[in-house]
Amino acid sequence: MRYIKGEAFKYLCMAATVIALMLLALLMWDAWDKGAGWLSLKFLNSFPSRFPEQAGIKSALWGSIWLMILTAIISIPLGVGAAIYLEEYARRTWLTRIIEINISNLAGVPSIVYGILGLALFVRGLMLGRSLLAGALTMALLILPIIIISSQEAIRAVPKSIREASYALGSTKWQTVRHHVLPAALPGILTGNILSLSRAMGEAAPLIMIGALTFIAFTPAGPFDPFTALPIQIFNWASRPKAEFQFLAAAGILVLLALLLAMNAAAIIIRNKYQRYIKW
Amino acid sequence: MTEAIHTTNLNAWYGKTHALKNIDMTVENNKITAIIGPSGCGKSTFIRCLNRMNDLIDGFSTEGEILIRGKDIKDTDPVALRKKIGMVFQKPNPFPKSIYENIAYGPRIHGINKRELDSIVESSLKKAALWNEVKDRLNDNAMELSGGQQQRLCIARALAVGPEIILFDEPCSALDPISASKIEDLMIDLKEKYTIVIVTHNMQQAARVSDSTAFFLMGEMIEFGDTKQIFKKPREKSTEDYITGRFG
Repeated sequence: MRYIKGEAFKYLCMAATVIALMLLALLMWDAWDKGAGWLSLKFLNSFPSRFPEQAGIKSALWGSIWLMILTAIISIPLGVGAAIYLEEYARRTWLTRIIEINISNLAGVPSIVYGILGLALFVRGLMLGRSLLAGALTMALLILPIIIISSQEAIRAVPKSIREASYALGSTKWQTVRHHVLPAALPGILTGNILSLSRAMGEAAPLIMIGALTFIAFTPAGPFDPFTALPIQIFNWASRPKAEFQFLAAAGILVLLALLLAMNAAAIIIRNKYQRYIKW
Repeated sequence: MTEAIHTTNLNAWYGKTHALKNIDMTVENNKITAIIGPSGCGKSTFIRCLNRMNDLIDGFSTEGEILIRGKDIKDTDPVALRKKIGMVFQKPNPFPKSIYENIAYGPRIHGINKRELDSIVESSLKKAALWNEVKDRLNDNAMELSGGQQQRLCIARALAVGPEIILFDEPCSALDPISASKIEDLMIDLKEKYTIVIVTHNMQQAARVSDSTAFFLMGEMIEFGDTKQIFKKPREKSTEDYITGRFG
């Protein structure tokens, strides 16, 4: 009887895996089936239009790239810095524990809430308007908790023995962190950062909240320009009644998916490349 | 001066746990002093007090006095103190870098000129009896060495900084017997120039290499004396019980 239960459990787990994968494949197939025919260089290189045949995602693609770079510039130094402080410098007191619990809680706050915050703080408060910078700051807030948590995990995974070895030679704290802890934690930190950024890339809700436009016939030239992004463009097309726009939305999804997959692949490559050198 | 280390009334706490109780101990220059005792007796805590490694642990505190060559370590900057007192750990912990970089790291952070590094690396590896095995592959990753080689590399790394005292925290417990005996021979060679304190689980090892032995139990130093005396004619009943294997 025990063996039957064991076998049954194995097949149940297998079924769960297969169902999850099938759903994902179905989704991809649906997008591919509808959108692949609309994918072309012209699609990538045209601005949105009322006429489906002429419409493209140039402004959304560039908006997303700008947004991601700005978000990275803002969130990575802040997030990694906070993680280093919490792991290496802060003493374990009730205060740091409260801070850490709250960071974990912030990671679970719905993205729309960050949108409201961004609208009040950056768009209105700092008078940044519906600019790329306001969007990037909002996105940075959104992914900051994830960056901090994943960087903390990477730093924590560096064995204590390496820190001890460094201190025992008469290194200062800064030298230990700079020469040993950070290089060893870097692959993990990078992986976490890239995955967080890919989350930011796929978010539409906070951008809609801060009023990113959906119809923009130019590419942004600087951080203070208005912008649109891939998820918003897709959302916009998908909400139109005309059937062709559904195909455009599917094509946009394919572009977005390709970008996200490329980022995740980069994260995996970085991790594998460095893991070969570092074995504890 | 023949006293390298002198502790007076040393007490230590991890939070509220009283880990060391009134330790008075003298370590002489160019001698190997072994500290033995069952797990949790405070022997590692003790040697980690000497180079203030315990300062890195939250909630750790000490009372009493530790003099290193007559100078109170509370008045010494821990970074400078650790340059003078090297440490070798239980598990070999080379940096995941080349063999050369492992040795050169310490001198470099203390501002040694680049041109001198080559000779320091060579002399340190020679002192640690590792030079002949690695001289043709100094740029290989240190993680590729065997456990025993890694531990000798860690010893060479400690020597490269130019310490006066070296603390060994159970240096052979993760090694095979042949590698362990190499480390023991090495320690005996090193005591000509350095003062050595070794914590060990292995009583035969303490008897073989050390000049003086201290027996710790439950945070107290039960007995301290000449190694021969401790192993042949222990004064205390509990020392005798421990070295004859009745507990621990």
